Amino acid sequence: MPGFDFTNYNRNAALHARGVPLPKATSTGTTIVGCVYDKGVVIAADTRATSGPIVADKNCEKLHYIAPKIWCAGAGTAADTEFTTALISSNVELHSLSTGRDPRVITCMTMLKQHLFRYQGHIGAYLVVAGVDPTGTGLYTVHAHGSTDKLPYVTMGSGSLAAMSVFESTWRPDLDRQGAIDICAEAIKAGIFNDLGSGSNVDVCVIEKDQPTQLLRNYMKPNERPQKERNYRFPRGTTAYLDQRVISKEDMKKYVTIETLSGDDNLATGDSMEVDT
Amino acid sequence: MAQKVVEAYETGSGAGKNAPFVPIVHESLDLQADRLLPSQSNPFDINGGACVAMVGKDCVAIACDLRLGMQSLTISNNFPKIFNYAPSTYLGLTGLATDVNTVSDLFRYKVNMYRLREERDIAPQTLANLVSSSLYEKRFGPYFVSPVLAGINPTTGKPFICGFDSIGCIDFAKDFIVSGTASDQLFGTCEGLWEPDLAPEDLFETISQALLSAVDRDALSGWGAQVYIIEKDKVTQRLLKGRQD
Amino acid sequence: MTSLMGNQSGTIGYSFSEPTSANVKQHSFYPYTDNGGSTLGITGADFAILAGDTRSTSGYNINSRMVPKVFKIGGDDDTGEGATIILSVVGFAADGNALKEKLDTVVKMYKYQHGKSMSVSACAQRLSTILYEKRFFPYYVHAILAGLDEEGVGALYSYDPVGSYEREQCRAAGAASSLIMPFLDNQVNSKNQYIPGSGEGHALVPKKAEPLDKETAKKLVQDAFTSAVERHIEVGDGLQMLIVTREGIEEVFHALKQD
Repeated sequence: MPGFDFTNYNRNAALHARGVPLPKATSTGTTIVGCVYDKGVVIAADTRATSGPIVADKNCEKLHYIAPKIWCAGAGTAADTEFTTALISSNVELHSLSTGRDPRVITCMTMLKQHLFRYQGHIGAYLVVAGVDPTGTGLYTVHAHGSTDKLPYVTMGSGSLAAMSVFESTWRPDLDRQGAIDICAEAIKAGIFNDLGSGSNVDVCVIEKDQPTQLLRNYMKPNERPQKERNYRFPRGTTAYLDQRVISKEDMKKYVTIETLSGDDNLATGDSMEVDT
Repeated sequence: MAQKVVEAYETGSGAGKNAPFVPIVHESLDLQADRLLPSQSNPFDINGGACVAMVGKDCVAIACDLRLGMQSLTISNNFPKIFNYAPSTYLGLTGLATDVNTVSDLFRYKVNMYRLREERDIAPQTLANLVSSSLYEKRFGPYFVSPVLAGINPTTGKPFICGFDSIGCIDFAKDFIVSGTASDQLFGTCEGLWEPDLAPEDLFETISQALLSAVDRDALSGWGAQVYIIEKDKVTQRLLKGRQD
Repeated sequence: MTSLMGNQSGTIGYSFSEPTSANVKQHSFYPYTDNGGSTLGITGADFAILAGDTRSTSGYNINSRMVPKVFKIGGDDDTGEGATIILSVVGFAADGNALKEKLDTVVKMYKYQHGKSMSVSACAQRLSTILYEKRFFPYYVHAILAGLDEEGVGALYSYDPVGSYEREQCRAAGAASSLIMPFLDNQVNSKNQYIPGSGEGHALVPKKAEPLDKETAKKLVQDAFTSAVERHIEVGDGLQMLIVTREGIEEVFHALKQD
């Protein structure tokens, strides 16, 4: 990969050494789950992204594409899950092109764990990798430090215990497609309602052999906002403004610096700099 | 004052020295430095500022306050935080003022290079991905900024807004995006006042009221505000009357 | 590279932080918990409303979906019948309960000793004293007291944890107070609103805040809470509203989102 740019690292480390806290990233204090069934695998996620106690995004996508038949659910630092899966998706595609074979889930999982292990947990991506390949169905969890697990049903994120309680009480080894979807959706709902870090809707992805992968975005919407009691539209002219400038279509064509140029000259010269005397 | 603090950092980062760094700092200067950077001060909260974007019917609006401060001391009441990168594509940047300047200039450069290479204006969606990957590149030494993007896609004519955290995670929203030291207050006002399919003039009232009421409850934002109402072939920029305290 | 080799302690070659000595174990007991939630109060010409959500949290967990934060003070029995004053407490629930019990006792004792009900203004002053008594081990709560004053006008007093108080038209407190308060400024006190067409720029005439009627205020409270629920994870489950009028105290419950 192109790699990270550390130019601001020293500046920020010096600030941090003086007691300045690290920036708060959007984290998906999340519930994500996965479950295998007779012909394939299902993964599901909630859709809440938080920044501290505040909901930053009410309907974000935590199900990431890796390959047509490999998908990934992400918890942890939102930016890390997004970019790590995008990077591995790219490498998986190149790998499958160079080998001329369909990519395997275990290959993808290995690439993810090697990438994450290299960064010693600093890339805060906690993932559930699922898919079908020529060897069969695969379902893995990958932690930020690089450890992995292979299980028939998995949960991750802050709502993982709530979700796991559903699996541990109702999972059976002979689930069919709809049974797997139902149990995954139920597990996500347990996270949504019992874990404050999870909320809003249920996203589901179904991957099955010889079937196109189905991304069921907002499979359930159990938390829609009720109609407001009052109307809050203001009468026009309510806000006081002191100055106004209308930039017309013609002005916009001349591009952005139009506002700051004097305009009589056809040569675009910048304003001369003011110098203290 | 601020420059002297930076001097101390620069001395320390001098390469090729074996001895552990001892900051060469005059005692009185050190006290000043402590006042400039109290131990728990968050880089996002030093200078203050707020920004909000909203979607309306075939239009979008983006607004920011005008304050620049150092902790509780106001330095300027004319520090706009919204920058123009293409016709009907605007980017708001809140956070550490030095990074607001650096990042806005960085995108000016990147967007100009894009225009030269592609011979067309950048679309808001493209700029969103450019912002995202540029911020994530600095994952382990981020810029202390929270950008907000608003624009209308030049080919589809569809309104588009999105927000980012400081390491480039995109928040695609259908309603509104907020950022800055008044973000909690803005979440409250926007969630209360916003409704779908507002006409440009109604959207102006809603975004202005949401911003003004929010910044009045934040000590680090305010001192006037600027609003852009972006339509398909017209952009209206307004300077709002706000409290000057 | 060479300079980094000589450095044993950290990732960078220098540190501004105080040297810390190892092998020092510090034990501590922190007696407070934040139980989340939010409250809000609005007054009008002949009523006062106090509202609060009914969720109790600790960390990312929900303790209970039905823990009231608004109480009747100085009632004749344990249902609160006959009370004319209401109190909302948000912050540390145990302290909130203790404070409520204490104020309730004080108001009851006042009635037994003086043979008349305590006025809200007197109760407000007494609550301030109760809070300040524990100046150095405070009740970790943001309290709001409401009732009708001597003229029958809605009265609302808000407090900081150590007893500083003020009479106000409206006030939000708790986890989502920063979200709700600016919305109330705008909708109750008409802040930043001007009368359309009354002038240009600086000459525009500010819109006067008109006193709200009871039904409008109730709807405003509901919208303030449904908004807070959307964006704050610690607010939700149920909305409890107590409304004081000359007829007595009305209690209303509404469902809120449970995620």
